[in-house]
Amino acid sequence: MAATLTKAKRRKPSNFGQDNLVGYLFIGPWLAAFFLFTLIPIAVSLVLSFTDYNVLSNSGDFIGLDNFQRMFFEDRRYARSVNATLKYVVFAVPLRLVFALGVAMLLNTWRRGVGVYRAAFYAPSIVGGSIAVAVMWREIFGNDGLVNFTLNLLGIEGPNWLGRPETAIWTLIILAAWQFGSPMLIFLAGLKNIPRHLYESAEIDGANAFQRFLRITLPMLTPIIFFNLIMQLISGFMVFTQAFIVTQGKPLDTTLFYALYVYRRAFELNEMGYASAMAWVMLMVIALLTALVFRSSSYWVHYESDEGPA
Amino acid sequence: MAAVDYSARPVVVRPPTPWHQHAVFRSILYHGLVATAALIMLYPILWLVGSSFKPPDEIWTNQTAILPIEPYPQNYPNGWAGFGGISFATFYRNSLFYATLGTLLSVSASAVVAYGFARVRFRGRRLWFAIMLLTLMLPTQVQIIPQYIVFKQLGWLNTFYPLLLPRIGGSAFFIFMIIQFIRSIPVDLDEAAMIDGANKIGIFLRVILPQLTPAIITAAIFSFYWTWDEFLVPLIYLNSPELYLVSLALRTFSDPSGQTDWGAIFAMSALSLLPVFVIFISFQRYLVEGISTTGLKG
Repeated sequence: MAATLTKAKRRKPSNFGQDNLVGYLFIGPWLAAFFLFTLIPIAVSLVLSFTDYNVLSNSGDFIGLDNFQRMFFEDRRYARSVNATLKYVVFAVPLRLVFALGVAMLLNTWRRGVGVYRAAFYAPSIVGGSIAVAVMWREIFGNDGLVNFTLNLLGIEGPNWLGRPETAIWTLIILAAWQFGSPMLIFLAGLKNIPRHLYESAEIDGANAFQRFLRITLPMLTPIIFFNLIMQLISGFMVFTQAFIVTQGKPLDTTLFYALYVYRRAFELNEMGYASAMAWVMLMVIALLTALVFRSSSYWVHYESDEGPA
Repeated sequence: MAAVDYSARPVVVRPPTPWHQHAVFRSILYHGLVATAALIMLYPILWLVGSSFKPPDEIWTNQTAILPIEPYPQNYPNGWAGFGGISFATFYRNSLFYATLGTLLSVSASAVVAYGFARVRFRGRRLWFAIMLLTLMLPTQVQIIPQYIVFKQLGWLNTFYPLLLPRIGGSAFFIFMIIQFIRSIPVDLDEAAMIDGANKIGIFLRVILPQLTPAIITAAIFSFYWTWDEFLVPLIYLNSPELYLVSLALRTFSDPSGQTDWGAIFAMSALSLLPVFVIFISFQRYLVEGISTTGLKG
């Protein structure tokens, strides 16, 4: 009797919580905001991209594909902005991930003081997006800034970091690489999840540290690497504040990142139709790239079970 | 699995450890290396704080040092005076208002929505959940231009509505994080409450919400400091200086063509990092757990 009672009770979860009205009541706020502030604006943005809408006069005409033609064939600044963004992503994202993994491996130990180190390595990321750090960076790499002052003490004459087309973008790449805190913490959590016995048996077999890294750590971490890569790629393409403050897109548009150029067109030059077209191309590129990384994942991401990353 | 199963192999008898592999030596080596690296990482921040206490003539002559030769706290009142007759008191009040209200809105909405996704079964749940995750990848640029046009038509430029209103639906990051957390709460508790006659809203308020505290604290910390640092959206909507947030004010204040008092600029920059650091140090554990368990970006 008691057994059947508990059995009956157990069966309940199968239809537990089936309730359309209550469900939509709870997700209602998100749904409303999604339609009002995401879906409809994106659709409007697509429509705008075929017009020459100007926000000052609040008018625009349908101009077909002119915006896209201008973007891909006429606007030299657009090409330079694509170049700058690609260069930034290609260098900043891998650098950040390599630093993140390297430091995470150093901190994956039970030694005393690791908590303090973890906080120290994470600190630059906590202030990462702030204007204060951007302002500081501009000074550090300024003509008489900290970097050149130090180089001077060593008898080297430092270049005008922010003024030269070859060096300006590197100050921003270094700034990005300096802020590897979040992927580091995610790697750290991943490293802690690798079963110790794998390393122990490898060690008994005489595998050296490098072999253990290559054969155990790296394959076991691929889901985390995959996750971090996606997140960092997306945020890399959207970088704005740092370039806006540190270099203002200069010199010669070598740091005119995509998001910065969209901002200039939309809010400084009021060309919202053209800017919408640029934003849509960005959306497509990010979607395509993410899809490509997802597709490629079956070749290099190793899943222990059916669980997804993170 | 690429790794080979080594467990069947015989145990290798090792020769005595050479001196450079001894625990003490390795420990010194480890701490020396990691502490140096950590110091290099922290150096720019320490340098900023140190420079904010340097007198004007020392800023360019005693550059590499962190500590000033002669501390000069006057930079702080000089900077606090602000610009155009508006002091940083106004900017801090604006930032505090926006970060607090914005956090309250987006975290409470996120908790409600997360409960719906995690515990209520309804038609279309999987679809909406997938769409919500997809919105994490959307570049703000595709949404911001039409939003701006509408808010401008409504006459809401130079108000906080365009910044606060989109938060009524919560944030996909926090919704996802809280869902993960709710999933770890045993369903038995919900069932017990349901047998006692509680409905879904009652279960949420009396069973789930009290247990969500750690997740809500984590979300609130992240929300507060992202809002505190927010730049692009305030830059677009808040054009009059008396509405400036600290981030916008710092940008104007540090404009190289206008301002030359670098001591004051450093002082206000360092000060703007203070709230973030205080929160970081007091809630470090929550932050680390939040990032490591959900993969939140920081």
